[in-house]
Amino acid sequence: MKIGALTEVFPGENRVAMTPDSATQLLKLGHSCCIEAGAGAKAGFSDALYSAAGVTVLPTAADVIAASDVIVKVRGPEAAELGTLAEGQTLISFFWPAQNPELLEAAAKKNLTVVAMDMVPRISRAQKMDALSSMANIAGYRAVIEAGNNFGRFFTGQVTAAGKVPPAKVLIVGAGVAGLAAIGTSVSLGAIVHAFDVRPEVAEQIESMGASFVFLEFEASQDGAATGGYAAPSSPEFREKQLAKFRELAPEMDIVITTALIPGRPAPKLWTEDMVAMMKPGSVIVDLAAERGGNCDMTVPDQKIVTENGVTIVGYTDFPSRMAAQASTLYSTNIRHMLTDLTPKKDGVILHNMEDDVIRGATVAHVGAVTYPPPPPKIAAIAAAKPKEKVKELTPEERRAQEVAAFKAQTRSQVGLLVVGGALLLAVGLVAPASFMQHFIVFVLAVFVGFQVIWNVSHSLHTPLMAITNAISSIIILGALMQIGSGSFIVIVLAALSVFMAGINIFGGFLVTRRMLAMFQKS
Amino acid sequence: MDYGFTTAAYVVAAILFILSLGGLSGQESAKRAVWYGMAGMALAVTATLIGPGAGLWALSLVLVLAGGTIGWVVANRVQMTEMPQLVAAMHSLVGLAAVFVGFNADIELGRVLGMDSVARQALDGFAAVLAKKDAVEVSILRVEVFLGVFIGAVTFTGSVVAFGKLAGKVDTTAKKLPGGHFLNAAAAIGAVVLGVMYFNEAGIWTLALMTLLAFFIGYHLIMGIGGADMPVVVSMLNSYSGWAAAAIGFSLGNDLLIVVGALVGSSGAILSYIMCKAMNRSFISVILGGFGGTTGPAMEIAGEQIAIDTEGVAAALNDADSVIIIPGYGMAVAQAQQSVSELTRKLRARGKTVRFAIHPVAGRLPGHMNVLLAEAKVPYDIVLEMDEINEDFPTTDVAIVIGSNDIVNPAAQEDPNSPIAGMPVLECWKAKQVFVSKRGQGTGYSGIENPLFYKDNTRMFYGDAKKSLDALLPLID
Repeated sequence: MKIGALTEVFPGENRVAMTPDSATQLLKLGHSCCIEAGAGAKAGFSDALYSAAGVTVLPTAADVIAASDVIVKVRGPEAAELGTLAEGQTLISFFWPAQNPELLEAAAKKNLTVVAMDMVPRISRAQKMDALSSMANIAGYRAVIEAGNNFGRFFTGQVTAAGKVPPAKVLIVGAGVAGLAAIGTSVSLGAIVHAFDVRPEVAEQIESMGASFVFLEFEASQDGAATGGYAAPSSPEFREKQLAKFRELAPEMDIVITTALIPGRPAPKLWTEDMVAMMKPGSVIVDLAAERGGNCDMTVPDQKIVTENGVTIVGYTDFPSRMAAQASTLYSTNIRHMLTDLTPKKDGVILHNMEDDVIRGATVAHVGAVTYPPPPPKIAAIAAAKPKEKVKELTPEERRAQEVAAFKAQTRSQVGLLVVGGALLLAVGLVAPASFMQHFIVFVLAVFVGFQVIWNVSHSLHTPLMAITNAISSIIILGALMQIGSGSFIVIVLAALSVFMAGINIFGGFLVTRRMLAMFQKS
Repeated sequence: MDYGFTTAAYVVAAILFILSLGGLSGQESAKRAVWYGMAGMALAVTATLIGPGAGLWALSLVLVLAGGTIGWVVANRVQMTEMPQLVAAMHSLVGLAAVFVGFNADIELGRVLGMDSVARQALDGFAAVLAKKDAVEVSILRVEVFLGVFIGAVTFTGSVVAFGKLAGKVDTTAKKLPGGHFLNAAAAIGAVVLGVMYFNEAGIWTLALMTLLAFFIGYHLIMGIGGADMPVVVSMLNSYSGWAAAAIGFSLGNDLLIVVGALVGSSGAILSYIMCKAMNRSFISVILGGFGGTTGPAMEIAGEQIAIDTEGVAAALNDADSVIIIPGYGMAVAQAQQSVSELTRKLRARGKTVRFAIHPVAGRLPGHMNVLLAEAKVPYDIVLEMDEINEDFPTTDVAIVIGSNDIVNPAAQEDPNSPIAGMPVLECWKAKQVFVSKRGQGTGYSGIENPLFYKDNTRMFYGDAKKSLDALLPLID
C-alpha cells in the first residue's frame, strides 16, 4: 500500500504525520511512502531527509492524494480538504467524531475509511498508538515551560549571597497524562507542587511523581474505572467543595496549570474570576483546556493576557505544535504503530480487522457506513479502585481500657496457673518422700527454664535446635555409664549397647549441628 | 572422687546446656552455643567416668569412641535434605537407650533386693544408691522405671517409622490397621494393667510385655500420620526422648539427667505447639491423623490454571524490582536449592530485592527450609518468617512458589468451609504476579484444591523445579 502524508493546512500547525524515521519503519512493513513537498519543514525535517529515507517527495497535495491508498495527517480534515480525498481511501488522523458529525457523515458518504487517532481505546495493548497521551505529555511539559517563561522568579528555592529566594508553588489541576507530565517537569525544576484530581485512585500516581495530593473529603468520590480512566462530570455539591478548596489555595499559589477535561464536553470551569483576583501579582495561569473553553473564567483561547492585578493567563491551544519536532516524532510513531497493527502479516497489505478492539474502537467510518460510537471494549481499561477499608479509630481512653483489660486477663491466667501448679506440687509433696521431692523440684525448675529459653529460639534455627537437643538428650549415657560397672552380665551388655548408641548420638548430633550453623551466612 | 565433685561438674554441665540452647536465639551466637553444648557433654561424661560407681571405664571409652566415629562419619556425609530422617534416626537411638537403661535399673533392683544387708554394704555406684532406698522409694522407683521404659519404647518405634517415612522407605500416606485408634487405646490400657502388676512385684516379664505393647503403640501411632504432618511428629518424638531421659534420671536419682531431659522435653513440646499453631490444628487432631472434617461444601473455584513458559517467567523477573520466593518440601525433593540460590544471586546482582518467605511448617522438619537455603549459601538475613514478610506481598512484583501448596492456599482465609480454614498462610496472591513451580496439576498433601492456581495473577510453571530453574537461569539478564 502507498502511504502519503499531507502538509497541515490549519494555520500555525507545525507538526507533520510522517518523519524520516517513521517512514523507514513503514517501508519495513512492506508499504511505500510519499509526502507533500515541504510538509516537514516547520518541524525541522527537510525534503532531502525524507528522500534519503526512501520517501517519494511529491510537489502538491493533489499528487500525494492521487498516489496514495492511505493518507496520514495530524489535524482532522477541513470540509474542503475532505472533498479532495479520493473515494475508498483510508484517512488516519485526529478526527473528533463527536464534535464533527457532519464531517463524519460526509466521509462515510465518500466511502472513506477513517481511523481517528483520538478514538484509540485506553487499554494496555493500545498505549503505543495513544496519540492523545503522547500529545498531552508534550502539552504538560510545555505548559510548565510557558509558565516559567512568564513567571519572573526561580522555580527552585535558593539561598544566595544576595538573599533568600523562596521556591515557586505550583498547583496542577487534573492529573491526567498532561497533568502528570506537568507535575514531573515542575518537580524537576525544583518547585513545590500540589496536584488535584477528582479521581481518588490517581493519588498514588501524583505522589509517585513527587507532588502532594490535594485531598478533598467527599463521600461519593468518583470511580474513574467506569469511564475508561477519564474523568466524568461531578455533582454540584462536589463542585462547590472543590471550588472552596481552590479558593483556599489560590492566594498561596504562584503558578496554576489547569488540565481538566471531560471527554465530549466543554471544559469545566474550575478557576473562577475571584480566585484570579486573589492571586499575587506576577503569578501565572496556564490553561491547557483553552481549546474547549478553558478551565479558567478569564482565559482567552490562543492568547496570553495579563489581568488588572498582574496575573498572566496563558490560553494557547497549540502547545504540542510549539514543540513540533518532538510532537511529530511521537505522533508519527503512534501512526506507525497503528499501521503495524493494520498490517498484521508485514507484507504491505492492510487488513482492516473490525474484530480487533483497538482497530474497531479507532475506526469511525468504514465501507460507506458511520461506525461511531464503537461498542465498549471487552477489557476494562483499569481496575476499579477498591473501597477503602474502614478501620475503627480507637480513642485513647478506649485503647487504654483495652490494654488494662488485656493486662488483667493475663494476670488472671498467670496467677491461676501458678495457684493450680503450686497446689499440685504441694499435693505431691504430701505423699512423696523427701528424696523424690528433691529431684522433683529440679525437674520442675528445669522445665520452667526450658520453656523460658526455647521461646527465644529463632524460627530459622529450629532444625539446629532439634539436632542439638538430640545430642544432649544422649545424656542418658550417664545412666548407662553408672550401670556398666554392675556385677550382672546382662546389665553390662545392655549398658554397653546404650553407651555405644548414645556415643553415636552425641558426636553425630553435635557435629551435624555445627555443620548446619556454619552454613548460615550473612549477606 | 566423691559425689561432691561429680555434682559440681553436673551443675556446670547443666548451665552449659542451658546456655547452649539459649544461644540459638541468633545465628551468630548459635555458632558459639554449639561449643557450650559439647563442653557440657564432655564434662558430664568425664565426671561420670571418674566419679563414684563407674566401672569398666576403658570399655566405656572404647564404646563411646566407636559410636562417636560412626556419628562423626554420618554427620559429615549426611545431605541437608536428609536432615529430617537423620534427626528421626537419632531419636530412635535415645529411645532405645532409655529402654535398656530402664531394664538395667529393674534388674539391678532385683539383684540388690535379693542381697542381705552385709552384701549391700559392699556395693558401690548405682547399686549402692538402690540399696539405700526404703519401701516407698522403691515403689516410686518402679513408677519411674515404668514411665522411662514406656516413653522410650514409644519413641524408639515411632522414630524408626518416622525415619522410614521421611527417607521414603515406608509409604508416607497415613495407614492404620483395622481397628484404628481402638488398637492403640487397647494397647495403652494393657500397658497400664501390666504396670499395676509390675508395681505389685509380678516380675520383670510384665515390664518386657509392656515394652512390646509400647513398641506397637509407637509404630501404629506414627504409621497413621501422613507426610506433611511430619514436622509435628518429629518435634513430638524429640519431646518424648527428653521426657524418657528425665524419667530415667528420676529412677537413677541423677539430677543432670532430669535437667537435660526436662530441657529437651520442653523444647520438643514448644516446637510441636508452634507447628500445630502454624497449621491451625490441635495436637490431638494431628496425632489422631488425617485432616478434620469439612463443615460444608467447598467454595466453587472459578477460572482456569494458566501455564507459562520459561521465557515468560524470565521476562517478568527481568522487569521486577522485588521478588519473594516461597520454598516448600517440593524444593527439597527436587534438590533445587542450589538453583534457587543461583537465581537469587543473579537477581540480587542486578539490584533487585530478593527475599524468602518461610512458613513454619514448610518442609518435613521445623526450620528445614532455612537449613537447606543456608547450605545453598543464601544469606540468612533475606530469609524471613511468615509474620515478618506477609505484609510485604502487596508491594512485591513477583512471588515465586517452589514446591509448596497448602501453605499458600488462599482457601484458608477465603473459604470458611475449607478443611484448612483459619490456618495462617503466606498471602502470596497479593503480589502483582505469582509463578507456581509445580510438577503437575495435582492437589497438595491435604488433597484440597488450591484456588491460588486459578487466580488471574497466577501463572503455572509446570515441570521439575530444578530443571525449570536451570532453564530459567541463562535467561536472566
